[in-house]
Amino acid sequence: MFSNILIYFVVIPLLMLAGLALCKNIKQIRAVAVVGSLALTALSVYLLVDFLALRAAGDTAPMLYLGSWEWFGPLNINLSVGVDGISIAMLLLSSIIVFAGSFASWTIDQPKEFFLWLILLSTGVFGFFISIDLFTMFMFYEVALIPMYLLIGVWGSGRKEYSAMKLTLMLMGGSAFLMLGLIGIYYHSAPVGAERTWDLLEIARNGSISTGWQYFLFPMTFVGFGVLGAMFPFHTWSPDGHASAPTAVSMLHAGVLMKLGGYGCFRVAIYLMPEAAHDLAWIFLVLTGISVVYGAFSACVQTDLKYINAYSSVSHCGLVLFAILMLNTTAMTGAIMQMLSHGLMTALFFALIGQIYGRTHTRDITKMGGLMQIMPYLSVCYVIAGMASLGLPGLSGFVAEMTIFVGSFAHTDMFHRVFTVLACCSIVITAVYILRVVGKLLFGPVQDEHHRQLTDATWWERVSTVTLIVCVAAIGCFPNFFANLIRATFTPEIFTVLGLN
Amino acid sequence: MTTLAILILAIPLFMFLLLGLLGMKMSHKLAGWLGCLGMGTTLVLAYTTAFTYYFDPEYTSEIGQRLQVLLFNETWLQFTEKLVINIGFLLDPISALMLVVITTISFLVHLYSLGYMEGEKGFQRYYAFLSLFSFSMLLLVVATNIFQMYIGWELVGASSYLLIGFYYTKHSAVSASKKAFIVTRFADLGFLLGILILSFYTETFDFITLTSNPDAVLTRFGGATFMGASALTWALILIFTGGMGKSAMMPLHIWLPDAMEGPTPVSALIHAATMVVAGVFLVARMFPVYLLDFDATLFIVCVGGITAFYAAMVACTQIDIKRVLAFSTISQIAFMMVSLGVASDGMGIPSHHGLGYMASMFHMFTHAMFKALLFLGAGALIHAVHSNDYTAMHGLRKYMPITHVTFLIGCLAIAGIPPFSGFFSKDEILAACYHWHPFIGLWMSMVAGLTAFYMFRLYYLIFWWKEHKVEHGHTPHEAPLPMRIPLIFLAAVSVVAGFIPFGHFVTWDRMPYDIHLDLAVAGSSIGIALVAIFIAYKMYCHENNAPAKMKAALPALWDWCHHRFYWDELYMFITHKIIFGLICKPIAWFDRHIIDGTMDAFAIVTNKASYAIRGLQSGQVQMYVWVYLIGALLLAAVGIICVF
Repeated sequence: MFSNILIYFVVIPLLMLAGLALCKNIKQIRAVAVVGSLALTALSVYLLVDFLALRAAGDTAPMLYLGSWEWFGPLNINLSVGVDGISIAMLLLSSIIVFAGSFASWTIDQPKEFFLWLILLSTGVFGFFISIDLFTMFMFYEVALIPMYLLIGVWGSGRKEYSAMKLTLMLMGGSAFLMLGLIGIYYHSAPVGAERTWDLLEIARNGSISTGWQYFLFPMTFVGFGVLGAMFPFHTWSPDGHASAPTAVSMLHAGVLMKLGGYGCFRVAIYLMPEAAHDLAWIFLVLTGISVVYGAFSACVQTDLKYINAYSSVSHCGLVLFAILMLNTTAMTGAIMQMLSHGLMTALFFALIGQIYGRTHTRDITKMGGLMQIMPYLSVCYVIAGMASLGLPGLSGFVAEMTIFVGSFAHTDMFHRVFTVLACCSIVITAVYILRVVGKLLFGPVQDEHHRQLTDATWWERVSTVTLIVCVAAIGCFPNFFANLIRATFTPEIFTVLGLN
Repeated sequence: MTTLAILILAIPLFMFLLLGLLGMKMSHKLAGWLGCLGMGTTLVLAYTTAFTYYFDPEYTSEIGQRLQVLLFNETWLQFTEKLVINIGFLLDPISALMLVVITTISFLVHLYSLGYMEGEKGFQRYYAFLSLFSFSMLLLVVATNIFQMYIGWELVGASSYLLIGFYYTKHSAVSASKKAFIVTRFADLGFLLGILILSFYTETFDFITLTSNPDAVLTRFGGATFMGASALTWALILIFTGGMGKSAMMPLHIWLPDAMEGPTPVSALIHAATMVVAGVFLVARMFPVYLLDFDATLFIVCVGGITAFYAAMVACTQIDIKRVLAFSTISQIAFMMVSLGVASDGMGIPSHHGLGYMASMFHMFTHAMFKALLFLGAGALIHAVHSNDYTAMHGLRKYMPITHVTFLIGCLAIAGIPPFSGFFSKDEILAACYHWHPFIGLWMSMVAGLTAFYMFRLYYLIFWWKEHKVEHGHTPHEAPLPMRIPLIFLAAVSVVAGFIPFGHFVTWDRMPYDIHLDLAVAGSSIGIALVAIFIAYKMYCHENNAPAKMKAALPALWDWCHHRFYWDELYMFITHKIIFGLICKPIAWFDRHIIDGTMDAFAIVTNKASYAIRGLQSGQVQMYVWVYLIGALLLAAVGIICVF
């Protein structure tokens, strides 16, 4: 079991948990968090290099590093792992955000408990991305969601109990749909008489879910995951949840957890049920198309920094699902790139907002102004994050959005192209709300004279922001590397649905 | 050559990173000289490249046609098999021309800013942004494909945003930068959609593929239509919309006058000489495709013609000298646009050997020189009196002789008086216009007359009108040396540039030909310009009440012109009242109260329902027994009824 490299993505967080339990002071806790997340990052980089080497050597299997260990025999539940380029990209993203998040929670209260929950959450995230067994996947999914309740409820701010409850209940509601869907898939996972399985690859190979059942199960799973992907109209947990969550939790949540939604949508819903995906995509296309524009318009009038970013996430994550539903290689590649891009830049945004809030004790943009004169470092980072968000070439947002737009517009159907045009409009609205915030918050005269005594970023805050900015710029400057890594998965041989279009 | 090409792009980018990351640790002097050194090196490399290209026979085919050379072209992002964004370096007559223009003006501005920006806070940042802008603009003009151009396009937009908002503590500067970015972003949406449509049908972004075989493009489109117009028209007009935004064509011009909030050297570089002609460059780059579609070219001519006249009218009434120059820039760019439009005869063939195309590029070149000169001159004046309004200037000729003479040369050049450069380029434009249709020729001649009038109005009001009033013992003085050198150099170029045999260098099909002065057009346009200058002289040379009388005679016209035909107010109304008030706010309300309200309602209903039935779980045994008994009796009763 331990000869499979993937299992360490779960083992390291578990070791971290054990280490945290033994820690006596905050220094040790920080050390565990930093060393652990560095180890995870190193592991994902190593995995990436090794994966590329294997691919270069001609291994063309859909997933590599396959491994399977029995967990509960009677129902054929296994701990099955395996990754392709997309999962590796997601693992990289998660480990980087956990790393940056550890630095962003350098001075949190009750650090031991906080980090325990945070690392448990990451265990769920890593476990989710390496799993190919639907049941364990779902288990890890829940492991990632539940700590959120405590993290927001205890360490949050504002109406934290309300928000924690709302977020958890809405996501659990999604999970209920999802579970129904997954169980349904299990019961149709193999031809009549054969042994049923939870294994993704096997189910896809069998292709035994009848179209009629697909019509029922596809919406179940898509909506189930879509709730976490902030799909309209199931997105309202996002603004409240983010606004109340502590910095690192917002970072992890927007940066990684929301990606679980998008990832699940294509890995489970579209991958396993291609016919339904092909036939029903238009319904969700309408919903996600609305998300894109609606989120952006809503962000234009918010005054709370976190609300602005939460709505902006609705818009950007809407674009992820939108592109996945276009069901062609380019758009889907763009969707995954948008996940990476959005994960990094939103994490950066939330880190910066947390750092600003930690100083000014307000997130209301009408009460702040001219921060550029007071904290130039943080402000410059904020401008960079904003530029990434509005799609400046050279940063990650541009390449992701352009891949999506070009891919979506390549769709032969007029309906899809008209919706693409609609989604394109978001680039203007994004510019409006980003520049509105930047202009109000950072530029102009200093609004509150008390702010003049505030200090600029500390070294740990710099580590956290620099890490994220470097990654955002890396994707923006060398997009083809990431695009190629991702695109290899989206072939008609692997994704049957691509052949249907 | 390839090494040169890479360095031309790499040096400004490196300078941006160096000054951006380490600038704050440097002294002002070091940062400034490093910036100048970087740009100076780029200038030398760009000149070498351009001169080699123009004069080395290696770059000319046997029949004398100049070649299009790809110095390098690397894959940057692959979308599909065919749709690929490359980052490359396309050398051809217009990109070589732009290399010269950009590096020249950029270098002079770097030098000039040593004096102009001396002691400003954020001096290093200023130089970093200038380098970023130069990099982006160079990336744009050497683009090998339309998407690389779009990348450069967005980057120049962002650097323009950063430079307009350079004085970020000033409210006006912040809102001007925001406005510039958003208006051009809106236009870029059009550009992007245009690219999407074009690439959807042609399956390529590559300029050479698109322009070397336009008939294939037409076949690819195969008569597809959308809402009554052909898909090609849509694509070309949408792409042109991007150009309208950057080049400040009506109705997307509103950002340019406000952009004057930036430091004056920036206005000279970005908002007069280089970035604002990107739209013209875009159309010129795609010219063979525009030739295919008469509707699109007609649209260009109309937009250009209306904008030229509008901006000239407004320029006659502005008080802020930078705004006069800004409107004059809009008007002159419109000349270039019209000129490109009239180069097409509507049958897929360039009219009059594509004279308009050559004239447009020629005017772009001469305009870059004399308009940069005028802006830098304006900078020297502002530097001297610390105000942007001519009311604070009057009678400055005695105090600033060099600025006076160079400014006068700039005015003569733009007014089209021989032998200054503007005369030659504008003459070619007018000739092309008359050749296309007499009406458009007359119309543009009238605008040319207005140009001469408002420029000399400005000139007389700044340097004459009445004796300069020295206030608070502050005597205006001539600008320092780093500022004077660019002025003198540009003035010299503006005098001689007209004699360049431009047809030998830049033509639409890259075949050199000799250009001739059209004597009838030249004579009449000189006449019009002289009359206009004479009127300006009568009205503004010495203090008198003619301007006041004119204002009183035509109050409505004056008001509309002075308020720029209320375009800004209209935009304010649309953005604030309609978009914010009627779209954003209702959506935000809807989200919080309807969508989220529904979610909350689920919770409330569940809650209420639990409260309602919780009485049943009272914990009292007697109660449970009662319920048990009643239940048992009811069941028994039901059973009995069923049995019998």
